[in-house]
Amino acid sequence: MLHYTLQRLVVAISVAITVSIVAFFLLHLSGDIAISIAGPEATPAQVEAIRQQFGLDRPLVVQYLEWLWKAVRFDFGDSFYFRSSVVSLIASRIPVTLTLGAISLCLSLLIAVPLGVLAAVYNGTIIDRLALSFSVIGQAIPTFCLGLGLIILFSVTLRWLPVSGASTWKHYILPSLALGWYAVPAVMRLSRNGMLEVLSADYIRTARAKGLSPGVVIFKHALRNAIIPVVALAAVQFGFMLGGSIVIEAVFSMHGLGYLAWEAIARNDFPVVQAVVLILATIYVGLTFLADVLNAFLDPRIRLA
Amino acid sequence: MKARLVLMGAIALAVGAAATSAYANKANDTLVYASDSEPENVSPYHNNLREGVIIARHVFDTLVYRNPDTGKYEPQLATKWTWVDPTTLDLTIRKGVVFHNGDPLTADDVVFTLNYVVSAEAKVVTKQNTDWIKSAEKTGEDQVRIHLVGPFPAAIEYLAGPVPIYPEKYFKSVGLTGFSKAPIGSGPYRVTKVDPGKGVNMEKNANYWKGSPQGQPSIGKLVFRVIPDAETRMAELMTGGVDWIWRVPQDQAVQLKTAPNISVLSAETMRVGFLQFDTLGRSEKSTPFKDQRVRQAIAYAIDRKAMLDNLVGGGARIMNSACFIDQFGCTDKDVPTYAYDPAKAKKLLAEAGYPNGFTTEIVAYREREYAEAVIGYLAAVGIKANLNYLKYAAMRTLIREGKAPIAFQTWGSFSVLDASAFTGVYFKGSADDMTGDKEVGAVLNDADTSVDVDKRLKLYQSALKTIAEKSYLFPLFSYPANYAYTSELSFTAQPDELPRFYAARWK
Repeated sequence: MLHYTLQRLVVAISVAITVSIVAFFLLHLSGDIAISIAGPEATPAQVEAIRQQFGLDRPLVVQYLEWLWKAVRFDFGDSFYFRSSVVSLIASRIPVTLTLGAISLCLSLLIAVPLGVLAAVYNGTIIDRLALSFSVIGQAIPTFCLGLGLIILFSVTLRWLPVSGASTWKHYILPSLALGWYAVPAVMRLSRNGMLEVLSADYIRTARAKGLSPGVVIFKHALRNAIIPVVALAAVQFGFMLGGSIVIEAVFSMHGLGYLAWEAIARNDFPVVQAVVLILATIYVGLTFLADVLNAFLDPRIRLA
Repeated sequence: MKARLVLMGAIALAVGAAATSAYANKANDTLVYASDSEPENVSPYHNNLREGVIIARHVFDTLVYRNPDTGKYEPQLATKWTWVDPTTLDLTIRKGVVFHNGDPLTADDVVFTLNYVVSAEAKVVTKQNTDWIKSAEKTGEDQVRIHLVGPFPAAIEYLAGPVPIYPEKYFKSVGLTGFSKAPIGSGPYRVTKVDPGKGVNMEKNANYWKGSPQGQPSIGKLVFRVIPDAETRMAELMTGGVDWIWRVPQDQAVQLKTAPNISVLSAETMRVGFLQFDTLGRSEKSTPFKDQRVRQAIAYAIDRKAMLDNLVGGGARIMNSACFIDQFGCTDKDVPTYAYDPAKAKKLLAEAGYPNGFTTEIVAYREREYAEAVIGYLAAVGIKANLNYLKYAAMRTLIREGKAPIAFQTWGSFSVLDASAFTGVYFKGSADDMTGDKEVGAVLNDADTSVDVDKRLKLYQSALKTIAEKSYLFPLFSYPANYAYTSELSFTAQPDELPRFYAARWK
């Protein structure tokens, strides 16, 4: 187990470093950073002065190593646009995004897993079809559309929930629903297929033959085995949610990391873009690593393979 | 896009169904206003966003005040101003005005502010608003002298606008970073909280100096919220989450008019839409736009009145000169106008050697439907124009590199009510000048720097006449702005796109 964990950790760290290298070089290739800092009114002489002041005239490899050295000590420099430190900007924005992602994930698991079990148990019946249709709606409608639809129904017409913002727990319900629904079909289908596979296995037949109640068979014996791939998928879905939050945060006017990233890209605010890419990549890699280890823990076949 | 329209229809239906909700904000004496972008820094010299200008006008005072109703300049922080010579301006500073922290506002603060904003270390973003100032000095206890870089008669207009006064002592002790987190001015509202990128909270300045031409503020608290999505802003307004929104698209404005408890106001702004042509032939050597007759033909081909009536909507006016008509120096007297006449357009095209028209490209960045209407009119006289719709910065780069045969542009003149703020951008040889007529440039230069008022007026008129005769730039119309707000609010709009909440009140 330890050997396997270390092996996955090395892979995870290498992926994070690769992402940081790609992000750094792509950004530097996409435009002249000195011109971005100087602004549209600057003279060529001012641009040149800024290039030297920020050390942008040195080889890219040197600049990258310097950035990485600072980044590992959580020093991402200052935002060109806000003129304040990137770390404080991100620290003020990240709670919104993480909360949103976590609630969305919980919501989608709470909806998708029971739905998947239900669909598997009533395989081929109208219940199976209905469960599938419901889950697919979330993925078929673009998130901004779904978000606005939820606003019309729950905020404008029923007046139950606030339209936008992130100041109370009520503000998180609609965006989490819009974001979480998107992940429902994938999780639901996986738990349904897993359940179908497991339900036809010999040990389930044995369990039933022993006279155990259907509830105990389904939840204690079947679901525990069917859920393993869902764990890995949930980690991946959480990563998607962090990305999907860019649109949802804009629609619901939640000032989180996703919205910050989008703004920063539009403004050529390189230090912010670099830091956000690195942080999101690290979270994503970290989650995948966690999922791998968890899977190995739950299923001995993986770590022994 | 279509899905959004359907959704908006659904919202409109929902409004009808929704019961009248309690607008708690009058009860709280708090006006929440929302817009789509946030200033990167609330220090007025360190952002060039309209939202920043609004905050500046509420938190700071300027030396001179321009009465938006009469257009006259009135004393604000300066009780008197006199031109010593065309490059020297003397001002007397009002006594008894205090900043929000209690410090008195003195001549020292004025001198500090003006010298700070022209210094290199200040790194101001709004350079064009202060680059006419060379330096300022204190010449008496309440006397300030401003030295100009060169003659600049529009100086008073700038002092009445984007040149707010900072508190020297406080600014020096907290620096720009501290100031941007907790700015202090002497205006009718004081900032209570700055949430970078999200919004700003303001509170009525109970000690605002008596006798200010701006009057005493009425509403207790102002909250500025950033809501990037237009549909979300509309939903917030309908549910009472916010009290005031603007830049409402025409179709949404029509829907909101039917909603209970919401007032919609359509008013003219200083923004003028116009077509610019590649007169110099930089995009292509044989471009038809080098020929004056082709440019005139395009002017005759477009029915601006029909566009105003059917597309642009309330408050807009047709413009005939290359400026906003209410700006000082802007006139359409004796300036040739081009009434809609497609037959004449075809005749001119034939004379120019294009009886069957030609194909070209048009770049645009704002209201796409306006550009498409123009393209339709051009097609009717045989000119096939392909639309290249871009973000502003990308379009500006194409224009500056000479790669745009026709540009559908708009310009808001930074709310400066002087023709120099428009013509100076497009006809004085800057990177945005697509015409390159040195004679027009020279006349405008004289006009900008002449201190004789009558001479200025004559010079602008002569330049505007030449521009229209040669159809270097074809002005279309001024742009309207749609404001929507709770019916409990009494609000009036001005053409300079500057909502004045200090003058608004609850009904």
